[in-house]
Amino acid sequence: MELFKNTNYDFLGKKWPFIIASLVLTVAGGVSILMQGGLKFGIDFKGGTLMTVKFSAKPPLEQIRTAFARSGMIKGEVSVQSFTDPGTQNEVEIGTELVNERQLSANRQSMEEVLAATFAQPGSGKLDLNGASKDTLASRLRDPLARNNVAMAEPQLQKVVADILDFRDTPPRSGLVTDFSQLSSLPGINAGIMSTLKQECYLAPYTVKKTEMVGPKVGAELRNKAVLATLYALAGMLAYIAFRFEWIYGLAAVIAVFHDTLITIGLFSIFHEEISMTVIAALLTLVGYSMNDTIVIFDRIRENLKIMRREPLESLMNKSVNQTLSRTIMSAGLTFLTVVALFIWGGPVLHTFSFALVCGITVGTYSSVFIASPIVLFWHNYTDGRKRTAPVLAAAARTDAARKSPSKAVK
Amino acid sequence: MKNNLTARTVIIVVTILICVFGIIDFPKSGADLVKNFKDNIRLGLDLKGGTHLVLEIQVQDAVKADADQTAEHLKEDLKKQNIAWNSMDTPDVRVGHVEDADNVAIAIKGIPATQSSAFRGIVSERYTTYILTALNSTDYSMRLKPTDLNDLKVDTVKRSVDTIGNRIDQLGLAEKSVQQYGKAGSKFEVLVQLPGVDDPARARELIGTAAVLEICDVKEGPFPSREGALAQKGGILPMGTKLVRSKPRGAQDGEQWFLVAKTPVITGREMRNARPGQDEFRKWETNFSLSQDGGRRFGRYTEANIGNKLAVVLDNQIVSVATIQSKIEDSGRITGLGSEEESVDLSRYLRSGSLPAGVQYNEERSIGPSLGADSIHAGLVAGIAGLLAVIAVMLIYYKRSGVNAVLALALNTVILLAAVSYFHAVLTLPGIAGIILTIGMAVDSNVLIFERIREELRSGKSVIAAVDNGFSKAWWTIVDTHVTTMVSCAFLFLFGEGPVRGFAVTLVIGLAANVFTAVFVSQTIFGYELAGRRQLTELSI
Repeated sequence: MELFKNTNYDFLGKKWPFIIASLVLTVAGGVSILMQGGLKFGIDFKGGTLMTVKFSAKPPLEQIRTAFARSGMIKGEVSVQSFTDPGTQNEVEIGTELVNERQLSANRQSMEEVLAATFAQPGSGKLDLNGASKDTLASRLRDPLARNNVAMAEPQLQKVVADILDFRDTPPRSGLVTDFSQLSSLPGINAGIMSTLKQECYLAPYTVKKTEMVGPKVGAELRNKAVLATLYALAGMLAYIAFRFEWIYGLAAVIAVFHDTLITIGLFSIFHEEISMTVIAALLTLVGYSMNDTIVIFDRIRENLKIMRREPLESLMNKSVNQTLSRTIMSAGLTFLTVVALFIWGGPVLHTFSFALVCGITVGTYSSVFIASPIVLFWHNYTDGRKRTAPVLAAAARTDAARKSPSKAVK
Repeated sequence: MKNNLTARTVIIVVTILICVFGIIDFPKSGADLVKNFKDNIRLGLDLKGGTHLVLEIQVQDAVKADADQTAEHLKEDLKKQNIAWNSMDTPDVRVGHVEDADNVAIAIKGIPATQSSAFRGIVSERYTTYILTALNSTDYSMRLKPTDLNDLKVDTVKRSVDTIGNRIDQLGLAEKSVQQYGKAGSKFEVLVQLPGVDDPARARELIGTAAVLEICDVKEGPFPSREGALAQKGGILPMGTKLVRSKPRGAQDGEQWFLVAKTPVITGREMRNARPGQDEFRKWETNFSLSQDGGRRFGRYTEANIGNKLAVVLDNQIVSVATIQSKIEDSGRITGLGSEEESVDLSRYLRSGSLPAGVQYNEERSIGPSLGADSIHAGLVAGIAGLLAVIAVMLIYYKRSGVNAVLALALNTVILLAAVSYFHAVLTLPGIAGIILTIGMAVDSNVLIFERIREELRSGKSVIAAVDNGFSKAWWTIVDTHVTTMVSCAFLFLFGEGPVRGFAVTLVIGLAANVFTAVFVSQTIFGYELAGRRQLTELSI
């Protein structure tokens, strides 16, 4: 089965519509960023405290908001949002904004207390099974089990506790046990243990899955690192390509990649997605991937320059792109398949990461064909044109240009 | 060609065996297999759950403590030489401002001009780490020499790392790490990683409390509240004192406030050892011993203050107030503790060394174990889905050669996992994403080669020639594409941390392995397919 045999599309002739489309997308992204007052940074770059809480039923957002507003212990604004990702259910993100480091720590404490006061039963004297660790559960159960005459050696107790908590933490419970009867199927649980459990513990309707606290110093540092990493990576690639081809190819590739990054960030803004450190990782991968694509085309151009010496540059480039079209589409398609799988099934943590890659791979493939090669074409036309109009060295320049341009691109 | 093929096959088989061994050792049963797999592939914090903390050591505390101590010594020396002085102060340092460390200086006022040379003599002879600057004929400022200041800061961080490490040992974790973070000398941060800790509050408790230990002279107290104390003193505290709260203990709900001397008699730096114990009435107490220097100073102080009270202050909260019964030199007891737990806790804090300076939390991430399990589940589902999709497409589009590509892909994944195991790299969720991405990119190399082979076949070459040309012409393109992605991964590794580094590492290993599998292995498989069939004109591709 072959899809792209001997195609002959005039890619470089029809470059203008695509360049204009690129500009429109870039501007749209830019406008979106301006309208929203900047980029939407995740906690990595923005700083603050963020708690991900899972509820056993649909989370009561209003109740949570009022509870936090009323508590007065937390300085600064509190934001409560539910997760939009379809893979997670009943999860809420509670965030407080950036203050100084000491306040962050106190905020985290207060957030835990407010949640406990609103939804748990801190005064009942019982232990919340959904929030317990192995040590606390074991030490809580040890004496009552003895009092209830349930025979239990220490290693046995440890194993039962470990089993209960593993059961709680694996999907589909994912950290929340909603009913004690769910535990009855575990090995090692007998009636005596079950009744002691019910006596000593209760099941809070929520569990804190993740807490993140990033101070302003760290936030600023991570922002710096992200920018530096991207700039250095681009510079490194520019150097490598300039070394393997000709400097204009390096520049063209970098401009194409830069364009990809800008459009992807613009799309992030348009779709209200957050930018975190993992998104930067995705962007850097995308930079590498887009370079790949561009290099394959440039490689073919270089090869053809050696063979088709008399061919004008534009039609040579067209031929090169057409020859590699099959590979370009297949590769992009396959990588896209894996990235889409990540986007659909990868879970909330990887959501923004895979979104960046989905956008990026699409834009990246398109830019290698419609942006990178035309830049080289423009440059060569411009320099060849200049050489032709210089009157003094007219004759020498013409033969020079004819001899030099094809072979200069070869290394 | 045949010998070549055999040699190649041997290399490939040996590689497979080494890799499989790296991942699952020699399993004796199904359960063993799973266990070995889990042991060899280390999961990162975001997959296993755990806590990641970045603490900033408040080195300015240590610098101030050193200045205070030096001031006390200097006062004694001046007294011995009968040199008069009006005042000797050190400025306060603020929490969260490590730069205050550079501004710590002892301000000495009122040295009579006639005694200035004697004064200078003492300072230059006995306080060699300090530089003395004259502000005018009677006032001076002493500050640490820059190299000594730097040494003190670096040493403080190092001791903090050791102390925090000791404290975390109490958690009994198999895998944990406490290390200096950031450039030594200019950044004073410590990174603590506690994988598998399912009780982050307890971890913070162990590390964060009891930052600074001081034994201070009690001037007055107890007062029922801070306002009450201030009111009694007419709104202003006498110079060189501070109000400290006493930790409420058990049944005694109300808090108490004491007026203590600002400058401690003994700090945690002088503490050598501490043990819980019981006195003759079976009441709990903590026995402690001090360093020689500390012991001497403590001896002089207690001798002069019998009948007075002193307070053990931990993290600016009084844990116990004791009356000095007799001269205590280098070992003593803190009595009147409420329970065994209190005595054990106190001796543990004293023994593991108090931190030489306070700590401030700059960053904290706690991932519950359930999120880790969720993430692994999601990663696996996405990975398998992606893999199946890719395999399907490859088989449909490239027919039997697609099988070639799929085998290379399988081997690539095995090598990747083995490398993760052998290098003790940590697998994070972005790392799993990296593996999934490697699958996509690995296939890219195969596509490059196969498309080239198709082109060669189209231009009329024989099958053998087409396959050889396909591989050789595509080789440099493969190198170029892999090097560029690796360059961007290198920068990700340098500038990223934790999960992002995991991603960079898996992607780089995957790409490197891919060069081997997509070229060497694929070519070998083609070699077998075409062995001895030189006249072949058709290839299933």
